[in-house]
Amino acid sequence: MSKSIVILDYGSGNIRSAEKSLAKVGAKVSISSDYETCLNADGLVIPGVGAFESCMQGIKKVKGQEIVDKRLAGSRKVFGICVGMQIMFENGLEHGVNTPGLHQWPGSVTELKANVLPHMGWNNVEVSKGSQIFNGVESEKFYFVHSYAAKELDLHGTEKISAPLKHYSIHGEKFLSSVENGPLSATQFHPEKSGDAGLQLLANWLESL
Amino acid sequence: MPLAIRIIPCLDVADGRVVKGVNFQNLVDAGDPVELASYYAENGADEITFLDISASKDDKKTIIDVVKKTAEAVFVPLTVGGGIRSVEDVDLLLRAGADKVSVNTSAISNPDLINAISKRFGSQVLVISIDARRTGEKFAVSGYEVTTHGGSKSAGLDALAWTKQAVERGAGEVLLNSMDKDGTKDGFDLELISLVKKNINVPLIASGGAGKVSDFAPAVKAGADALLAASIFHFQEVSINQVKAELKANNIEIRTQI
Repeated sequence: MSKSIVILDYGSGNIRSAEKSLAKVGAKVSISSDYETCLNADGLVIPGVGAFESCMQGIKKVKGQEIVDKRLAGSRKVFGICVGMQIMFENGLEHGVNTPGLHQWPGSVTELKANVLPHMGWNNVEVSKGSQIFNGVESEKFYFVHSYAAKELDLHGTEKISAPLKHYSIHGEKFLSSVENGPLSATQFHPEKSGDAGLQLLANWLESL
Repeated sequence: MPLAIRIIPCLDVADGRVVKGVNFQNLVDAGDPVELASYYAENGADEITFLDISASKDDKKTIIDVVKKTAEAVFVPLTVGGGIRSVEDVDLLLRAGADKVSVNTSAISNPDLINAISKRFGSQVLVISIDARRTGEKFAVSGYEVTTHGGSKSAGLDALAWTKQAVERGAGEVLLNSMDKDGTKDGFDLELISLVKKNINVPLIASGGAGKVSDFAPAVKAGADALLAASIFHFQEVSINQVKAELKANNIEIRTQI
């Protein structure tokens, strides 16, 4: 039976591609902001385009914090894309505005120190060993469009909980381009815009549900 | 540098059909923008650009329908330009599945449109498209002026100053079309690319003049972050993968497909 995926609808940009790409790899996809629907789906995707602050405003309106907290507490999978990854951190600093995020992970999202911004185009990812979502596409390039990113995730494992898998890319400086942390995974790039490599990554995530 | 140079085919679309200079032998319907976009995405295109050149510019329904169908089948970034005059136009295109929009003439007559679009959707969705041409006119301090109507009219603006202004207002990318080189097939406008690149800090897409495989690497060396071409690809004179192989041979980073 195909897995049910809900894309959280909170007024963020182009979510049609996310919908179509997940459907392409076999998911039963719906776009919703309904609380129960978002809690009950096999997988929840949090998209995100534009500014950190406006995304957080949208997230609040649909009780996104509660939805993500509850799902993760119950080990139900969540996948953040682009700003949908960034808002998993403590806060975001854009244009001098400090906006609190969902705080699933410690650390801040700050501007990339690079000569050319946005970081726009296809770039490599240094994939850490043991990745589930990058299985088979470790050497591929993925499509990025952003000017801000988390540079590091300082979260260690314990006896009972394994440390997050962190994957990095470089544009001007090194930044986190993807994290796999138990039920919460995220990519700074857009798998739904990354051709066959991106579809494979989404298929891998789907398989993990 | 691991960030790949992007190769972008541009399709002119009028009333839902690809027009001008498409000569594909191996497609069922070479006039179908969805089929052509899929073909390019499967054959090396790093992005796709649609330029809506419909006569009735106020009718957005047709291009929106094309964008919707394309977004269902094509999983690389899609930029749409042509006749975008308002934030609402942009909203409709993004909702239909476009990732970026490019604005040209409408931004010249209404520069605040740039601010309005980038404020609402972020600068990453906005490409400022500039048709530049050499001139001896005094107002053009850089030696280049902005033109409209396919190069037939001068906008009375200095091309470099306008580019910088558009970036300051919030454009996230510059599509620089050389009207001196457009249609000549004798290579990209290296002087123009180099001049603009030195003066902006957003990605630069160069266009105009591509005629053979060896034209692309010099444009990258002059400063282009991405290269856009139309007829050279549409007539299958050169394939995108041939261009990429040539760039790679010149030690330029490209994306290969799985």
